[in-house]
Amino acid sequence: MEVDPPLLATTSVTDINIESIGAQAMGQSCFLQTSPEFFMKRLLVSGAGDIYSLGKVFREAEQGSRHNPEFTLLEWYRLDWDEFQLISEVENLVIGAYQSIQNIEIPVSRINYGDCFEQTLGIDPHKAKLSILQSLVEEKGYPQWGSETRANCLDLLFTEFVEPKLSKGLVTVHDYPACQAALAQTYKDAKGRLVSRRFESFLNGLELANGYFELTDAEQQSQRFQHDVKQRQQANKPVMSIDAKLDQAMRQGLPSCSGVALGVDRLLMQLSQAQSINEVLAFPWDRC
Amino acid sequence: MGNYSTNEFRSGLKVMLDGDPCSILDNEFVKPGKGQAFNRVKLRNLKTGRVLEKTFKSGESVEGADVLDMDMQYLYEDGDFWYFMEPDTFEQHQATETAVGDAKLWLKEQDTCMVTLYNGSPLSVTPPIHVELEIVETDPGLRGDTAQGGSKPARLVTGATVKVPLFLDQGDVIKVDTRTAEYQGRAKD
Repeated sequence: MEVDPPLLATTSVTDINIESIGAQAMGQSCFLQTSPEFFMKRLLVSGAGDIYSLGKVFREAEQGSRHNPEFTLLEWYRLDWDEFQLISEVENLVIGAYQSIQNIEIPVSRINYGDCFEQTLGIDPHKAKLSILQSLVEEKGYPQWGSETRANCLDLLFTEFVEPKLSKGLVTVHDYPACQAALAQTYKDAKGRLVSRRFESFLNGLELANGYFELTDAEQQSQRFQHDVKQRQQANKPVMSIDAKLDQAMRQGLPSCSGVALGVDRLLMQLSQAQSINEVLAFPWDRC
Repeated sequence: MGNYSTNEFRSGLKVMLDGDPCSILDNEFVKPGKGQAFNRVKLRNLKTGRVLEKTFKSGESVEGADVLDMDMQYLYEDGDFWYFMEPDTFEQHQATETAVGDAKLWLKEQDTCMVTLYNGSPLSVTPPIHVELEIVETDPGLRGDTAQGGSKPARLVTGATVKVPLFLDQGDVIKVDTRTAEYQGRAKD
């Protein structure tokens, strides 16, 4: 079922690296939504079943050849599916888009985060101590990251060194580090490492989709949000309050499900071989 | 000079990096969906001419560089320095051999060049794209041999050596593209 969640709301995400764009409405401070996730989860709790949303989202200070502060996200949830069933659906969607628009077969593959990280950088991203990651980052020529958090060090290393080595076509990286779980469940993998059931799909090296086998434990989610808030305070970032309505809903019980968000502009970029997101937007930010 | 934040980085902006003035060539915004944003920046070190890549955290700021490009008339050289004059104020600037660099091969008195000033002193000199210079030394010309594609080296009044067609002679004035050091044709009298 298609749903149409609000774009404007009184709360927004607490993610340390995602900034919401503020607005004034009904005499109070509000935010343009960075993702439909929280509203969709409230619908899932109320029994909506499998749902999708195709709509605009907004993120502050994100502009470049792959970013526009307003962009289109396709987000959907599948009840009782795990992340691998959902990965298959993402793959089918992209394969289908290439078949019908370009009439070509796109290669599709999957790889474990720990494996591709270790192949390229020679260290286990889940087990390596933070100090090892920090000195690796410095050694690689990024001295400003020398005292960064574990998640930020890993993201920098992954983006700069692992991402460029990913195969052509659609590559889905799964089992992200536990510190980057966001709203995914975590589990102990075969090697006894705590990893998250989060995946990201890259289309010819371009980050396309981010998905989770969703965390349903309201208490754990609340702790993660509180951790975000604390990190925001430490980093002197704008204070974001935790979405109490989502928390209430989660405490009633989110059904077991997997969810994913896919950047539609990015898919169009790849399908039309555009070098910049501006080529697939009639009115990119520069013209607004 | 003020500071510039990464979101103000544009190609052509002049900033200080490790003590040297640099010109930004390219600025790429990178951000993993859930991750920290950063900028991959390509810069040219204006002292050495070298191109380097540097990664900044988004929001980081750097000091602007007091660098100014100005059209000036080339006057003369005295062995140590090359002298240039601002056309409006007649103010003269002396440039070192390092600053003049390869441009010295194309400098003809009274030609207008672009001089890049850093903290008020010439940092580099860009000659005009096309210059007209006299041949001072070359093998004797083969008159009537204009159809054949051959060429020979010719030394110009400024000291540069360029390949020219066989029919040209000492004393001829030719037009040269200074970017490629290629012969463009005979200068029109």
